[in-house]
Amino acid sequence: MGRYVARRLLLTIPVLIGASFLIFALVYALPGDPIRALGGDRPLSPAVQAELREEFNLNDPFVIQYVKYLGDLVQGDFGTDFRGREVLDTIEQRLPVTVRLTVVAIAIEAVIGIIAGVLAGIRRNGFLDNLVLVSSTIIVSIPILVLAFVAQFVFGLQFGWFPIAGIGDGWYSYLLPGMVLAAGSLAYVARLTRTSVAENLRGDYVRTARAKGLPKRTVIVRHTLRNSLIPVVTFIGADIGTLMGGAIVTESVFNLPGLGRAVYDAIRAQEGAVVVGIVTLFVFFFIFFNLVVDVLYAVLDPRIRYD
Amino acid sequence: MTRPDLSEPAPAPDPTGTPVLEVDDLHVEFRTRGGVVNAVNGVSYSLAEGETLAILGESGSGKSVSAQAIMGILDSPPARITGGGIFFQGRDLLTMPEDEQRKVRGPGISMIFQDALSSLNPVYSVGFQIGEMFRAHRGTSRKEAKQHAIELMDRVRIPGARARVNDYPHQFSGGMRQRVMIAMAIALDPRVLIADEPTTALDVTVQAQVMDLLKDLQRDTGMGLILITHDLGVVNEVADNVAVMYAGRIVERGTVDDVFNNPAHPYTDGLMSSVPQVEHKGGRLLPIIGQPPNLAAIPPGCPFHPRCARRRLEADALPGRVCDTDVPPLRLVVPGREAACHYSEEVLGA
Repeated sequence: MGRYVARRLLLTIPVLIGASFLIFALVYALPGDPIRALGGDRPLSPAVQAELREEFNLNDPFVIQYVKYLGDLVQGDFGTDFRGREVLDTIEQRLPVTVRLTVVAIAIEAVIGIIAGVLAGIRRNGFLDNLVLVSSTIIVSIPILVLAFVAQFVFGLQFGWFPIAGIGDGWYSYLLPGMVLAAGSLAYVARLTRTSVAENLRGDYVRTARAKGLPKRTVIVRHTLRNSLIPVVTFIGADIGTLMGGAIVTESVFNLPGLGRAVYDAIRAQEGAVVVGIVTLFVFFFIFFNLVVDVLYAVLDPRIRYD
Repeated sequence: MTRPDLSEPAPAPDPTGTPVLEVDDLHVEFRTRGGVVNAVNGVSYSLAEGETLAILGESGSGKSVSAQAIMGILDSPPARITGGGIFFQGRDLLTMPEDEQRKVRGPGISMIFQDALSSLNPVYSVGFQIGEMFRAHRGTSRKEAKQHAIELMDRVRIPGARARVNDYPHQFSGGMRQRVMIAMAIALDPRVLIADEPTTALDVTVQAQVMDLLKDLQRDTGMGLILITHDLGVVNEVADNVAVMYAGRIVERGTVDDVFNNPAHPYTDGLMSSVPQVEHKGGRLLPIIGQPPNLAAIPPGCPFHPRCARRRLEADALPGRVCDTDVPPLRLVVPGREAACHYSEEVLGA
């Protein structure tokens, strides 16, 4: 297992380099001149513009720019934005917001999704099962952008139950954005759990558990849920990485000063170093949580061994 | 040791004793979208301590369903027990509260299944799954339960029991897995063990070992054994009595020797002729023509009549014994033998 994890971690290096290259290329390919746009209505003097271009290697060919960036990165230098702010500082400041949002979203997704899925799976075709089926289909069909604005308008503005934007109310301000962020995955978790529970309940070893005269509770919890939740737990684990990256829309709509919001701003300003730094970090989280999931999978299911 | 009786032989079985299990006119149906499937239609049998009763039949004859009804593990819906009684030590399991019934499973009646790999939970060690019997029914501690599990694994002759108690089902061979199932089933010294095709999924050599083990355990404990199978060879070797099922009914019942040597029902007769025999090497096998009946639309009269070479329709039948209209009851045809055929005497005489 140790060797397996080491190999997987080693493999993340080429993936991260490849990902950063792609992102770098995409930012480079964006139309427009970021330096000229910096001054807005009052353009910077040509001398200052030239100086900035020199400082950020913008006169170099694309590949040279990337190699210089990578060279700095290897030494732990994430670079700065055009205003001279360290990218690493931005990450440090904004990461906690994104982490909190993701934690809230994952908690909502796991708790509500699993409970709904289990109840639906145990009583297949019952009222709750149909409710879960209908509501999850509706949720999955709505784009997150629409969902975010509607939730903000209805629950934030009309009912006033939640803050409309910002993080002024501590953890409470993350609740509505967290629900929006979690919605799609929540519906999926409920469906996945439902199918898995229903399938396992029909399984031979559940029949054995009943034939053993085990109490109903034990049959359900120990011999059905434990097995049914293996795919669910692995999905939720992998979803942590996805949600962190997916927070861009949610953070923008609810104006949460997290990494997603930072990426959004940086893309608009064509701040290459910021975009590449943060998105590569997203890629790293994604890979990392997938590795965690694979390790967890082996822990949960003794049939899986990585030797 | 808390259970010294584990390895001591029980008193010798008394085949003439009062029945430990009685099934009386059991009816089970499945309500499906395609209509009502009548899986078990009035099955009755009894099992004495130490007796081995084989229930023989093709797939869909209702043999497994009736066993699952005894265990109370039918999936309902769609299955429903619509009539009859199942008496264990004189008490009707069907009218018992669910929790009482549950307490019979394991210490009273237990069951092993065809496919041990899928019947064992893949995520728990075999020791845990065997020990669970003691923990659930006797409140034994986890540690003590594991000790019991090791003893039981020894008893079903799993080599290196102590070293393998924490292994998972997938780490065992097919035969060893079935032994794990057996260890689990006999853990609490049940009075009845139902074995549903226990050797069908195994290699022939392993089959024999597993059957030997079951016989030895039965001799040691005096439990009654219900052996559900379609394997005539296994029945011949280990069973005392046999009940042949067709279309959810018992069509013939008697001692294995009697039934095998001189069948009283055309279906049993057909089964015997369809088995390859060494002494008839080179001869032709005689299959039973036609298909087993659709249980959602069982033919009127004798369910076997469409496939029966001896059927007598209106023209040449005796009154009240027309094969396609009158249902033949299971009746005593000669001492110790029952058959559900209007013309059993002719079958016997043939």
